[in-house]
Amino acid sequence: MAAHLSYGRVNLNILREAARKELREFLDKCAGSKAIVWDEYLTGPFGLIAQYSLLKEHEVEKMFTLKNGRLPPADVKNIIFFVRPRLELMDIIADNITSEDRHHSSRDFHILFVPRRSMLCEQRLKEQGVLASFINIDEYILDLIPYDGDLLSMEYESAFRECYLENDQTSLYHTAKGLMTLQALYGTIPQIYGKGECARLVANMMLRMKREFAGSQNQILPVFDTLLLLDRNVDLLTPLATQLTYEGLIDEIYGISNGYVKLPPEKFAQKKQGEGSKDLPTEPKKLQLNSAEELYAEIRDKNFNAVGAALSKKAKIISAAFEERHNAKTVGEIKQFVSQLPHMQAARSSLANHTSIAELIKDITSAYIIQCFPIKSHYVNTYIEDCIAQKDPLIKILRLVCMQSVCNNGLKHKVMDYYKREILQTYGYEHILTLNNLEKAGLLKPQTGSRNNYPTIRKTLKLWMEDANEQNPNDISYVYSGYSPLSIRLTQILARPGWRSIEEVLKMLPGPHFEERQQLPSGLHKKRQQGENRTTLVFFLGGVTYAEIAALRFLSQVEDSGMEYVIATTKLINGTTWIKSLMDRPESPTQ
Amino acid sequence: MAFITASWNPLGDAFYRSTDLYEMSWSLRDGLRDSLVAAAPYGGPIALLREPQRRSPSSRPQLEIYSASGGTVASFPWKSGPVVQLGWTVSDELLCIQEDGTVLIYDLFGSFKRHFSMGQEVVQSQVMEAKVFHSPYGTGIAIVTSSSRFTLATNIDDLKLRRLPEVPGLQGKPSCWVVLTQDRQTKVLLSNGPELFILDNTSCTVVCPPGLSPQDGNIVHMSVSFSYKYLALLTDSGHLWTALLLHPFNLEFTCLPRCRRPKSQQPSVVLMWDRLLLVVGVCNETIQYPIEDPCVLVGEMDGVRIISSSNQELLQEVPLVCQDIFKIASMAPGALLLEAHREYEKSSQKADEYLREIKEQSMLGEAVRQCVEAAGHEYDTNTQKSLMRAASFGKCFLTDFSPDQFVTTCRELRVLNAVRDSSVGLPLTHTQFKQLTLQVLIDRLVYRQFYPLAIEVCRYLKIPDYQGVSRVLKHWASCKVQQKDLTDDAIARAVCMKVGDSPGVSYSDIAAKAYECGRAELAIKLLDFEARSGEQVPLLLKMKRSQLALSKAVESGDTDLGECFTGRSQPLQTGFCKLQEQETLKDLYNQDDDHQELANYYVTASYREKRLEGRLSLLQSAVDEYNKAKNEFAVKTTEDEMRLLRFQRKLDDEKGAGLLGLSLQVTMETLLSLGLHKQAEQLYKDFRVPDKRYWWLKLKSLAEKEEWDELEKFSKSKKSPIGYLAFVEVCIKCNNKYEAKKYVSKVTPEQKVKAHLAVGDLEGAADAAIERRNEAEIGAVLSRCSASNSLVIERLNRARAAIAKK
Repeated sequence: MAAHLSYGRVNLNILREAARKELREFLDKCAGSKAIVWDEYLTGPFGLIAQYSLLKEHEVEKMFTLKNGRLPPADVKNIIFFVRPRLELMDIIADNITSEDRHHSSRDFHILFVPRRSMLCEQRLKEQGVLASFINIDEYILDLIPYDGDLLSMEYESAFRECYLENDQTSLYHTAKGLMTLQALYGTIPQIYGKGECARLVANMMLRMKREFAGSQNQILPVFDTLLLLDRNVDLLTPLATQLTYEGLIDEIYGISNGYVKLPPEKFAQKKQGEGSKDLPTEPKKLQLNSAEELYAEIRDKNFNAVGAALSKKAKIISAAFEERHNAKTVGEIKQFVSQLPHMQAARSSLANHTSIAELIKDITSAYIIQCFPIKSHYVNTYIEDCIAQKDPLIKILRLVCMQSVCNNGLKHKVMDYYKREILQTYGYEHILTLNNLEKAGLLKPQTGSRNNYPTIRKTLKLWMEDANEQNPNDISYVYSGYSPLSIRLTQILARPGWRSIEEVLKMLPGPHFEERQQLPSGLHKKRQQGENRTTLVFFLGGVTYAEIAALRFLSQVEDSGMEYVIATTKLINGTTWIKSLMDRPESPTQ
Repeated sequence: MAFITASWNPLGDAFYRSTDLYEMSWSLRDGLRDSLVAAAPYGGPIALLREPQRRSPSSRPQLEIYSASGGTVASFPWKSGPVVQLGWTVSDELLCIQEDGTVLIYDLFGSFKRHFSMGQEVVQSQVMEAKVFHSPYGTGIAIVTSSSRFTLATNIDDLKLRRLPEVPGLQGKPSCWVVLTQDRQTKVLLSNGPELFILDNTSCTVVCPPGLSPQDGNIVHMSVSFSYKYLALLTDSGHLWTALLLHPFNLEFTCLPRCRRPKSQQPSVVLMWDRLLLVVGVCNETIQYPIEDPCVLVGEMDGVRIISSSNQELLQEVPLVCQDIFKIASMAPGALLLEAHREYEKSSQKADEYLREIKEQSMLGEAVRQCVEAAGHEYDTNTQKSLMRAASFGKCFLTDFSPDQFVTTCRELRVLNAVRDSSVGLPLTHTQFKQLTLQVLIDRLVYRQFYPLAIEVCRYLKIPDYQGVSRVLKHWASCKVQQKDLTDDAIARAVCMKVGDSPGVSYSDIAAKAYECGRAELAIKLLDFEARSGEQVPLLLKMKRSQLALSKAVESGDTDLGECFTGRSQPLQTGFCKLQEQETLKDLYNQDDDHQELANYYVTASYREKRLEGRLSLLQSAVDEYNKAKNEFAVKTTEDEMRLLRFQRKLDDEKGAGLLGLSLQVTMETLLSLGLHKQAEQLYKDFRVPDKRYWWLKLKSLAEKEEWDELEKFSKSKKSPIGYLAFVEVCIKCNNKYEAKKYVSKVTPEQKVKAHLAVGDLEGAADAAIERRNEAEIGAVLSRCSASNSLVIERLNRARAAIAKK
């Protein structure tokens, strides 16, 4: 089921198996038949760990969504609540249980906090008078979820917001904990680099925790050579631009959630005319996207402009393969051909799906795309002004405005006030809170006297490439058709020639940069074979985009880089979801 | 070597030997006479209270504590009441049981730790005798009062006093008594004249040991073995009676079989008179040792230590394996191997003969094992060495012999020799060491503050840091913080330097200790080194350093730690309150004078308010706060918002427009679509809406409503800020080519081509493009031409050619 996790440089299936084992252990703690009541947010991440079949093996017979009122009837011995430690959820659970009591049943209640139990929540349950009803109160430490063969995500949506707006470091604490778990399974990571305030905090916590857990020295040969912690706010620009890789565009337009995407069904209904009648065209088409699918693994990280060619090449190969049957003469040859059929059919349906998706994306107008290019500011002003006048989607406006601000080390006071007034008048005064948040996060700021460092940073790090080769890329800038993500450039330079070469630029970027070493027990020092690649775990605090991931995968594949990357993050983001997470929408009075 | 057996004395089939342990390094003026002495088993410390009964207040008795080798550990005058009994706990604490039933506990260095009482009734009746005993559950105390009542406490660390029932016919103290313990039960065995009683929680039963008749006289002494397995009774007629206690509490006795073939250790009884020590075996034989001064006997699991004022000996049965090896003319494989090695060192060929002899019996492995085992039991290092060398020699002739036992014994012997040194004074036998375990040995070294030695031992035996070095360092640091003569800084530095990042050392424990000793500042300094913030916070709170605790909690990043702070009146971090109620948040901002956030809070709240008045008043509060925060833009904007709300309300009331809550732009849109142009115009002016946006709005709105005349009027009202191409395109979008054409002429030259193309006028587009001599535009027009427009195509191609020529 999760074979694709073990193909990568680092076998992430170990992590998944560890998580599954723990889940099984908890389920077995509650003997007898059970029903799970889900905090809906958790179902997605859990899907990456365990399918329903695993739960079923452990006598889970029913599943419900957590909501107020009486629990749906179920003839089971145990009711288990899977919840995040949030007070409002505790109130719902309390409500469930109090209404249950009236119907005098003798079911056992359990609660599983994900990812950590909290005194506050237990206190709340106690206040509500239901704490004693629980037989088991446990925590399920699910920090880093294996997402793909080289990708881990905490699926912690509010991490960026909490860190930069609310000054709440909970997510960093969980990050550090997650990294400790990872080290317990994959060995101590000898080198830690970092850039940014949060990176520093996470590294500090990790070193602290290491001292704390110290007694038992980890005797596992380290799999990762280096850990790089990067704050999202070191590179605020990248997520604002529209990702131009195939996967990036799917995410930008349709949104990928926990490895699944929901697509408008029309294109897909036509494809399967024979059985299409069963498919209701109103139901969105749900597709799983990961490296288990051969074709997808091949094209996901390509610039969208190169996808068409790749698809048609693939189409030729597949039809050629089907043509093979005419050449099959002997019984043996035919047998061999038949044995390949399932694989070929899967390839064909995969090709059909992706051709449809590519068509869908192509239909979306280029107006959708926000690109990062050196344009004179008054053109930008006019463009943004026009967009507002035409009432383009607010998030697009915000992305544009923030982008202008970030690139220019702030906006002129007059311009900024003008934008703000325009936005508030057009989209509603309630967005004053959102604008305030963007300012707090540093995405939007008035120009101060200080020099604009951005051009220096841009030039030193070669962020804007004139002629990006989209078909056969030779630089990471292909993922944004000419713009190289700053975050990835920093990663690239760290591997070679090292950060010392860009001290000056690092100082211009926010937050400290640092290097820490973790002592390995003697005997665990790796003896590296000639030509063996090193492995770096790059952790993006506050989110990472698919395009950035694509760029890192590109770097892993460059032959002489000598470095392979595994990516971890608090959350997979794109400009829309990211800006959305920073928006405040006060509830309307009447609805 | 041959003299090893010189100190052996046969007793039945067994041999007894006495080994000199130490020349006592103390100098006791009056010997051990008239003193209360308590020496702990397992080579424990010795406490000595001189003349405890002397009651004159002028001369206070001296309480002295020595190591087992007689080294002074502590000495202080006894200021409290008369002491009946001294004793040691399993964790090397000194118990002093006073006449009035108070028990005072001191540590090894004579500093007072705590006290407790053996019960109220004891205060009047007074303690006659007391005994300290050990069980797997800890150290217990039993007393008998002058009213002949017994009281028991089985574990002094978990004090539960039990008063035992009365013994019928007992006046004063019993002639002798012992405490028996097994499993969770503890009972007292006592004699009154010839009678023997067993006393437990509820009853007192008479017991009649078989083979002991009342004619044998009164029982004057009784003793129970270290393991509570054997009991010995001595009557005043000189009968010594011993028994194996099958089950101590039912007191089923079995008479010991006489002279059984020895394969196991035989029980024997040691009796001491003023000048004579007598070892009595079950085979009715005795060994006599004359003694010169009063001695103290300390029962060990494998022997008896005899402490006199000048020296200390260990009297024990010679372990079987040593008997086998050293017994004269022994032919045991070990003995032969030892002999072989001895000859080998003499370069004598006899070595070969001995070896062959062993090998012929295929006993070489056994021989090596015997030598190694015997080495463990020997106290003399030379004997140890020769045995180990012999073992090592024998090992050479074995191919697959596991070296584990050899290596372990070597290591353990080194450790034992080190702790037996008289400067340390822990005379442990190998058997005792095994029973005590290494962990406890390290603890004992630590209690005695032999920190460097303890660390050496840990390192030498490769004990994981967590259980070894770290534990030692923790004790050391806890002791260090109590040194009153050092400054906080010096101590903190010393602790940090030594302990560093040693795994498993909890700085908060050390800090807690420092705080206990009243050194709060030191505690804070030490807490800084603590890795687990979770551990720092509670202690800091206990020390009432809430502010510091708070910042530590924040630093830890564990939001849950914030829990410690709820309900405390002090500025909280918002992070913690996020989970709490909105109101709390507001109070917080208020406390912090965070006007900006407070204003934002009011804005948020205003959207939850249903009534307009409420909403406006909240917005007014927001304005006030924004003012305080000097956020002019926000003040202005919020005032605008209020103005808009009032305006919307008014129009809703007048015209039922349903505007309330809409954005300014949507409001204007709605007004225009309702035909309320004047009102829209008013908003446009009042809110200083940019012309561009307003023109776009009005253009779209008029076109949608197909008010073409109105649109034309509007287009002429002044020069369009959005140009006229927009007019063309919007009209086309509304499918009105006719209207669109009206605006084509007004379009700027740059946009002419586009405008013509938009209305589908190819000729016009061609004209414009040719006029502008713009190749790209010509191309654009060409691409829109179909075959029917051959004329236009021709013209365009010609123009393009002309441009190209230039």
